[in-house]
Amino acid sequence: MKYSYYPGCSLKGTGKAYEESVLAIFETMGVEANEIDDWNCCGATAYMGVDESMAFGLAGRNLALAEREGATDVVVPCNACYLSLNKANKYIEEYPQVKEKTDKALAAGGLKYGGSLKVRHPLDVFVNDIGLSRIKDAVKTPLKDLKVAPYYGCQIVRPYAAFDSQRNPTSMDQLLDVLGADVVDYPLKTRCCSGSQTGSLPEVGLRLVYILLKEAKRRGADVIVTICPLCQFNLESYQDEVSKRYKEDLAIPILYFTQVMGLALGLSAQKVGLTRNLVHVFPTLDKREVGHV
Amino acid sequence: MTTPKSMKYESERDHDFSEWITGVVGSERIRNCIQCGICSSTCPVSHYMDYTPRRLINMARQGFKDEVLRSKTIWLCTSCYSCTTECPKLIKVTDVMYALKRKAIQERVYPRRFAIPILGKEFYKMVRAKGRITESRLMMIFMLKTNLLRIFTMSKMGLRLIRTGRMDYKPESVKRIKELQAVMDASSDRKGVSTS
Ligand code: SF4
Ligand code: SF4
Repeated sequence: MKYSYYPGCSLKGTGKAYEESVLAIFETMGVEANEIDDWNCCGATAYMGVDESMAFGLAGRNLALAEREGATDVVVPCNACYLSLNKANKYIEEYPQVKEKTDKALAAGGLKYGGSLKVRHPLDVFVNDIGLSRIKDAVKTPLKDLKVAPYYGCQIVRPYAAFDSQRNPTSMDQLLDVLGADVVDYPLKTRCCSGSQTGSLPEVGLRLVYILLKEAKRRGADVIVTICPLCQFNLESYQDEVSKRYKEDLAIPILYFTQVMGLALGLSAQKVGLTRNLVHVFPTLDKREVGHV
Repeated sequence: MTTPKSMKYESERDHDFSEWITGVVGSERIRNCIQCGICSSTCPVSHYMDYTPRRLINMARQGFKDEVLRSKTIWLCTSCYSCTTECPKLIKVTDVMYALKRKAIQERVYPRRFAIPILGKEFYKMVRAKGRITESRLMMIFMLKTNLLRIFTMSKMGLRLIRTGRMDYKPESVKRIKELQAVMDASSDRKGVSTS
C-alpha cells in the first residue's frame, strides 16, 4: 500500500507537535508516507459555508495531486482536513453535478482526478492496517497507571468515515489499551469542541470547552488525548480563560494520541513534540511513573 | 392597541426559496423531515439558537426565507455533523445549514456579530494569494476585524505559542500558485459576488 501524507495548514503551525509525533510513529512502525508535493489548504470546514464548489475544488486539487503521485491512500491527521477531503471524495462520487464542476475546475489548472483514492486518518491506519498486535509488540514503556480520557472530536467518525462507529467509536480506546494506559470511560468522546467559535463567540465556544474539560476531570483522567489539532488547541489554550470564567481549576494536559503512543514506543519527549505543549505533562508522568526520556 | 400577527399568510411564504433549498446538493431530502427533533436534541449549541435545527428545517422548506436567512442559528452551527449522523430520515442537516449560510452571505443579511463571513473572506484572500493558511496571521486579522477586546486575552496565549515554537513566522506557500488560482477561479460559485 502506498500512502500519501497530507499535513494541512495546522500541522505546519500550531499543531507542529502533531506532525512531529505522527512522522516519528510512521518512521518507527515502518509506514512509508510521502508528503503530497505542493498540497494546498483543504478548504477547511468554514469554506463550505462561503463557496461550496470552491471548497470541493480546493480539496479536489489535493486529491488529484496525490493520485498523480500513484498513491492509493491519503493519510490526513487533522479531523477538519480529513472531513474536507473525505467529503469532497464522497460527493464527487455521489453527485454527478459535483463531479462535473470539480472536473472542470481541475482541468482549468491542468489537473484531473479519477476518483481512485481512499482518505484515511492515522488512527484508522494504525488500528486497521498496522494492527493492534504489532503495536503491542512494539511497546517499550507501557503507560502504566496513566488515566487517559480518549477524545475523538466530532468530525472524525461523523458522518463519512467508515472505520469506526459514528456514535461510540472505540478504536482509540483499544489503541490506548494496548499501550498500557488506563482508559477512562468518556461519554463525551465525540462531542464538539466548538471549532472556531472559541475565537468568534467565546461565551458559546468556551462553554463547550468547559463541559469537555470538566467531565474528563470528574472521571479522574490525568490527561485528555486528542486526534485533531483544533480540538487540541481549544482544550489546551483556553484552559486559563475557562478556569477563570467558571471559577474552577480545569488544568489538565492535552496530548495528541501520537504523543502518548510515541512515549509508549520508547521515543523521546523531544521527538514527539512534548515540549510544545502549554500544559506540561511531565509532572503527571513522573507521578505516575510513566517512562519518558 | 395593535395585535401583531404571529403566523404567515400563505401568500407571504416564498415558494421559490423552498424550491431552491430542495434543489441544493445535500438538502434534497428536506421534505422528508418528520419533525422528530432528534437533530435539535443532539445539537451541542441548540440552546443558544433562536430556532432549533428542527424548526429551522421546517421553516426553510415552508419558505420562511427572511426568518431563516436572518437567524442566528445558521452562524451558531459549528458543523459538527451530529444532526446529520442522527437524523432518521437521512437529511443532511449540516449541509442545509451550509446552504443557508451561503445564501445569507449572497443576500448580505448576516448579523454583524457573527464573524464567519468575515473569516471566510480573509480565508479566501489568504488561500488565493498563498495557497495555504498561516494560522497566526489569520487569527490576528480576524481579531482585528471582529473583536478587538479579545486581542488582549489572546495575546497572552500568543506569547506562549511563540515560546513553544507553534507560531509560524514565514508564511506557508504553494509553489504552483497559478495552477491553484486557476482551479479556484474556475470552481467559484460566487461569480458576480465580490470576494475581495
Ligand atoms: S432529525 Fe431529521 S427528521 Fe428529525 S426533525 Fe431533524 S431533520 Fe427532521
Ligand atoms: S452540525 Fe450544526 S446544527 Fe447540526 S448538530 Fe452540529 S452544530 Fe447543531
